[in-house]
Amino acid sequence: MSNLAAAGEEPEILFWVGCAGAFDDRYKRVTRAFVRILEHVGVKYAVLGMEETCTGDPAKRAGNEFLFQMQAMQNITTFEGYGIKKIVTACPHCFNTIKNEYPALGGNYEVIHHSTFLQQLINEGRVGVAGGGEFKGQRITFHDSCYLGRANNIYEAPRDVLAVLDADLVEMKRSKANGLCCGAGGAQMWKEPEPGKKDINVERTEEALAALDGNAAALHNLLGVESGNAGATPAPRNAQQGSIIAVSCPFCMTMMSDGVKNKERENNVQVFDLAELIATAEGLNA
Amino acid sequence: MHFSIQNILFLLVAAAGFGLFAWQVRKIRANILVGRDRDMSGNVSERLNKTLLVAFGQQKMFKRITPALLHLIVYVGFIVINIEVIEIMIDGLFGTHRALSFLGPLYSALVGTNEILGALVIVAVAAFWWRRNVKGVRRFTGPELRMWPKMDANIILYIEVILMVALFLMNASDLKLHQMEGQDLPGAFPISSLLTGLLPNNVGALEILERVSWWAHIVGILAFLNYLPSSKHFHIILAFPNVYYSRLVPQGQFSNVDSITHEVKAMMDPSYQVPAPATNPDGSAMAPTPFGAKDVNDLAWTNLLNAYSCTECGRCTSVCPANITGKLLSPRKIIMDTRDRMEEKYNSPLIFQPNLYGTEAKHAEQEVLDKENHTLLRGYVTPEELWACTTCNACVEACPVNINPLESIVEMRRFLVLEESAAPNSLNVMFSNIENNGAPWAFSPSDRFNWADELYVAEKA
Ligand code: SF4
Ligand code: SF4
Repeated sequence: MSNLAAAGEEPEILFWVGCAGAFDDRYKRVTRAFVRILEHVGVKYAVLGMEETCTGDPAKRAGNEFLFQMQAMQNITTFEGYGIKKIVTACPHCFNTIKNEYPALGGNYEVIHHSTFLQQLINEGRVGVAGGGEFKGQRITFHDSCYLGRANNIYEAPRDVLAVLDADLVEMKRSKANGLCCGAGGAQMWKEPEPGKKDINVERTEEALAALDGNAAALHNLLGVESGNAGATPAPRNAQQGSIIAVSCPFCMTMMSDGVKNKERENNVQVFDLAELIATAEGLNA
Repeated sequence: MHFSIQNILFLLVAAAGFGLFAWQVRKIRANILVGRDRDMSGNVSERLNKTLLVAFGQQKMFKRITPALLHLIVYVGFIVINIEVIEIMIDGLFGTHRALSFLGPLYSALVGTNEILGALVIVAVAAFWWRRNVKGVRRFTGPELRMWPKMDANIILYIEVILMVALFLMNASDLKLHQMEGQDLPGAFPISSLLTGLLPNNVGALEILERVSWWAHIVGILAFLNYLPSSKHFHIILAFPNVYYSRLVPQGQFSNVDSITHEVKAMMDPSYQVPAPATNPDGSAMAPTPFGAKDVNDLAWTNLLNAYSCTECGRCTSVCPANITGKLLSPRKIIMDTRDRMEEKYNSPLIFQPNLYGTEAKHAEQEVLDKENHTLLRGYVTPEELWACTTCNACVEACPVNINPLESIVEMRRFLVLEESAAPNSLNVMFSNIENNGAPWAFSPSDRFNWADELYVAEKA
């Protein structure tokens, strides 16, 4: 960003990478995939690089309002310095915080989550599936992130993005407004879970696997699912066939990947972010 | 009009019933108002709209179709039967008989609908009872639902049946009396007319039966009214204001703590003018309010209104990822604890003190509670429960009356962190990482751009 500013240029959007996108090895791949898409469609974007710092979301959810506000003020000062108006991010936590909580501290921006952004690119015909049919016949299930879905009512954008892949999309039993948390939100990412019967991400992964496998019996064995709100069970499928859990949040990515490992299904179930799926379908992730 | 001693008696009973109810409501209002102030004015049309949809329209109930239909019957039955209560009041006060019968066909329709709904209510109540006591729907169990809350739920079901049976006996005996005297009774009685055959053919006995069931019905209603403030069934009244005052901002938006904003601004800009602290009416500075919530009076009044509106249905708990996977956290319990604590600390005795029965049992499975610091936090809600929350908003989404357990949870977390520095150690590590590295993990800020190194390795090489 400082380079652009020095050159007297204004970016269309600021791509807010987020701490996970910058430091988490797995999520760095998503950051790169998204950047490749941005370059592919020729959007003039900027990143803050080392001038970025944590939005303060984990501090705020954990109750450390003081630390949150320190972080927020610092970021707002940076944004104001560059005259930022429009921010795109791949992290629903950053998205929610900047969009909903910064205004009370004086930071008002147009904030877009990358699922919405990708949906717009697709609607405008700027992204298609040039790579073609890469995911044809693959079964994909989307895991709703709480901070995208319930927190901000974004349910359709990620599904619209997946729809262009020509894959076999299935819904988990608990999805959209009824989706089950991956277990990482609210600063849980940084601590051991409280004692219980099971870790939340394992429960959620079991649900995803049941949907991917079309395994009705497994669906009914999930904890706390009342028979009353049963959705349609997808057609049964050989558990050896490759399938994908699609996510759109770095924390969900970690939790679902761990869950898949816990269930020893890494060989045929992969966890991908929407940006990676689109970049691959476009042949950009070569 | 046959004015008699009965009317005076009725006047006394009704006045006592409503007076007692008003007295109880005042106490509850006072309890709610110990909460922190929060400006909920404005957005009237949006709020009314929401109330219409969620409270009157039962919108969120319909996420689960079976209980929604059963509940709808009881709810509509309740509203229609209340019209008949107006008539009973008029009859009782003025010695009239079926004062609204001048409405003619409309009256017949009203009474007829009422009877059919009454029968359906009995069916629905039976189904509710079965779901709760035989089928054992999971959300009707759980540690916070033992003892009183369990009894409370059943008591209401029994009262509802008694009220309906009294209504039918009243109508049936009245109908038979008129038949035996060869008169026409205004109204339509699709159900009661089926019952007349079961009644004695004795005018005296019928007259007594008619009076007894008339009195049973109205005294039952007044008793029910006065039972409400001690019961989760108070929701039939508070659901409406509670939905009206629910949050209109995105669910992911957590409240801003203004006092901290002033501090942070002053730190970043020494010239920033922190507003003068609020003063008492006598001009002295008010004691500073703590950050977050330790006890009920630290919560916003809307959170306290929440506690009195809770139906204890457990929809929140049944979708809570922490609860589902066996952690101690139950959002319903947080809400119920808030109410219990209010009644313990403030205007507790309503008529009796049901909410405090069985609190021991309710806490049996938890860590030993801190009896010294007997506040909402630690006295009722343990830090372990609070730290299990993923702030996923599932409970908020699920609640049919727009209660927000998450807000109270976050307020108590704020108290733990900001006033007591009592966060779990790993979270303290996360805090210091953010402070020192600008990221919740221990990475150097100078590595923040490393992801770009591999962006176009092929081209760069
Ligand atoms: S926000 Fe917290 S209490 Fe509510 S459902 Fe989610 S984890 Fe449970
Ligand atoms: S908070 Fe809402 S969902 Fe939870 S038990 Fe009370 S009324 Fe039901």
